[in-house]
Amino acid sequence: MSIVVLDNVKKSFGAVKVLHGVSFSVAKGQVMALIGASGSGKSTALRCIDRLEQIDSGRIEVCGHQVADPGLDLRKLRLDVGMVFQSYNLFPHLTIEQNIMLGPVSVKRIPRPEAKGIAAEVLAKVGLADKVTAYPEQLSGGQQQRAAIARSLAMQPKVMLFDEVTSALDPKLTGEVLRVIEELARTGMTMIMVTHEMNFARRIADKIVFMHEGKVHEQGGPEILTAPATPELRDFVSNEL
Amino acid sequence: MDTALNPNHIRFLLDGALWTLVLSLMAFVGGGLGGFAVAMGRIAPSRIIRIVVTGYVQLVQGTPLLVIMFVTYFGLPTLGFSISPMFAAGLSMTIYVSAYLGEIWRGAIESVPRAQWEAAECLAMSRAQRMFKVILPQAIRIATPPTVGFSVQIIKNTSLASVVGFVELTRAGQLVNNSIFEPFTIYLIVAGLYFCLCFPVSLLSRRLERTGSARARNLEALSA
Amino acid sequence: MILDFTPILARWQMLMDGAWLTIQLAVATTLTGFLLGTLCAVARRSQFRLAAAVAGTYVEAIRNTPFLVQIFLVYFGLSSLGLSLSAVTVAIIALTINVGAYTAEIMRAGFDSIHKGQWEAAETLGLSKVQQYWHVALRPAMERVYPSLSSQFILLMLASSVTSQISTEELTAAANFIQSATYRPFETYLVIALIYVALSLAMRVVFWAISMVIFPRRRRLGTNL
Repeated sequence: MSIVVLDNVKKSFGAVKVLHGVSFSVAKGQVMALIGASGSGKSTALRCIDRLEQIDSGRIEVCGHQVADPGLDLRKLRLDVGMVFQSYNLFPHLTIEQNIMLGPVSVKRIPRPEAKGIAAEVLAKVGLADKVTAYPEQLSGGQQQRAAIARSLAMQPKVMLFDEVTSALDPKLTGEVLRVIEELARTGMTMIMVTHEMNFARRIADKIVFMHEGKVHEQGGPEILTAPATPELRDFVSNEL
Repeated sequence: MDTALNPNHIRFLLDGALWTLVLSLMAFVGGGLGGFAVAMGRIAPSRIIRIVVTGYVQLVQGTPLLVIMFVTYFGLPTLGFSISPMFAAGLSMTIYVSAYLGEIWRGAIESVPRAQWEAAECLAMSRAQRMFKVILPQAIRIATPPTVGFSVQIIKNTSLASVVGFVELTRAGQLVNNSIFEPFTIYLIVAGLYFCLCFPVSLLSRRLERTGSARARNLEALSA
Repeated sequence: MILDFTPILARWQMLMDGAWLTIQLAVATTLTGFLLGTLCAVARRSQFRLAAAVAGTYVEAIRNTPFLVQIFLVYFGLSSLGLSLSAVTVAIIALTINVGAYTAEIMRAGFDSIHKGQWEAAETLGLSKVQQYWHVALRPAMERVYPSLSSQFILLMLASSVTSQISTEELTAAANFIQSATYRPFETYLVIALIYVALSLAMRVVFWAISMVIFPRRRRLGTNL
């Protein structure tokens, strides 16, 4: 049963065509890695899933929501979809706990004491139980990214999107973030991640989608990374490793 | 008695607008000279000069222009100086403008990269040479957009000269109103005329700011 | 001519009453002006063309005309509508309209400076536009433009002197009365000039203290303004 479906999705920014008819689907509980060179459209595809960009044509269905429908209740879509960004995007004027409680309290109308409990729970999950009262700038990049993951988790989404979440981190900090994501994958969370970490993708992804020039060029299980069928993926993999 | 707005009234208002411009120009020239002195004083090597000039700026920027007008127009005659409304208005505006322009220009001078001073010093230039040949030409470019922006404040604030009886645009409006008593219509016209004087200057300052910030980025890139 | 301050100091109570009204005007219109200005900044940034155009026109009209003329327009405009309001009420309305336009420009710059990622993060959490402004953008935007904001509100306090022209009995009006009673204009206006300077400095301190309360990060890091 697919929880995310993209069907012939096209998107241009002005005169620049970014997505030339992208189709893929993700089943419930699946971990999908979206890979490709920069400019291949993978981040745009991801952003379209959460309607941060509106598509020009095609169809996107996420947890039963028709994402491209202009009349869609965006709030409902976003209750089901969590997103983590490359630049963390924590709110600098709020403590880590306040960052995490904002969504549950303001959007889901969960009472504060209960939301506090949720915050403690997700912070423990990402290994930041002691950073409740810290401000984002007091944390390392890796800790900030883990807090951002916790913020997203606190909304109890059905699907989580990760947009190059380790690209701004050095290798040591990358490791701690990847461990959190891996842990999450083990709990059965449906995830789509745009990533450059090929080893990581091979280890935890159930499905790899390789994008090239705005199209899905090759897809399959993690084995396609070791035995690519197309020369483009072969080139890409050898460059990344 | 004349009870309707007629072309003579309009002509009278336009004359007033002309005097608003004259007073603005006086304020800009007088305030510009004073402002230059303030800017120099604020960065002077002498501590005493710096303190005195800083005190002057604090005093003027902490006092309403209206009160400065009253001090010069009503106050100076009691000290034995006889003074015309125009002189009082011009002097008050000069005092007011010099403090604000002085601060804008000081900021511009201080934003010229430190390395430029040092480079000029290495060329064995005197302090005056460094200031006039190296620093000021660069500072002027930085200072132009905010200076033009402040000119809008100058034009608007000349309206306060009306309270000391100088017949500029606002006072002209009051006088016309005294004869026909249509205050809302008249002040609407007066406001419209001010808008015509100020808006082009506002647009210019915004355009300069846009090109200026692009140039500032280039400058930074150069000196980096 | 020898300066003589005794007749002015004898009317100290009157000056204090005037200064108190000046303070009240400044506090009231700082709040109302901030509210109006922030709403206009949001309107100018909104996708609703009409709201953006109305807010833009208001801001340009106010920023390019003198406050003295604005206050006459409000004063005579309201009375021609048959509203007879007290001078203080008219003063508050006119000052609010005036400072609202300047605040709108400052806050717009503040909101514009908020990084796109912040809005997107708020968006993906499901926050509505109003919630995004309220929870995510407002405080960082204020923090960024706080020096301009506080200067603007000090200028507002100084501008309240102009309301003496519609007989609001604030500090400048008190001085006008005292100088006509004492024939000591120079001394009178010198004294109130100093009171205004003191009020400006006091406002600076108050704004600094407020920033310490509302920007906890600043308090913690000890960053000065």
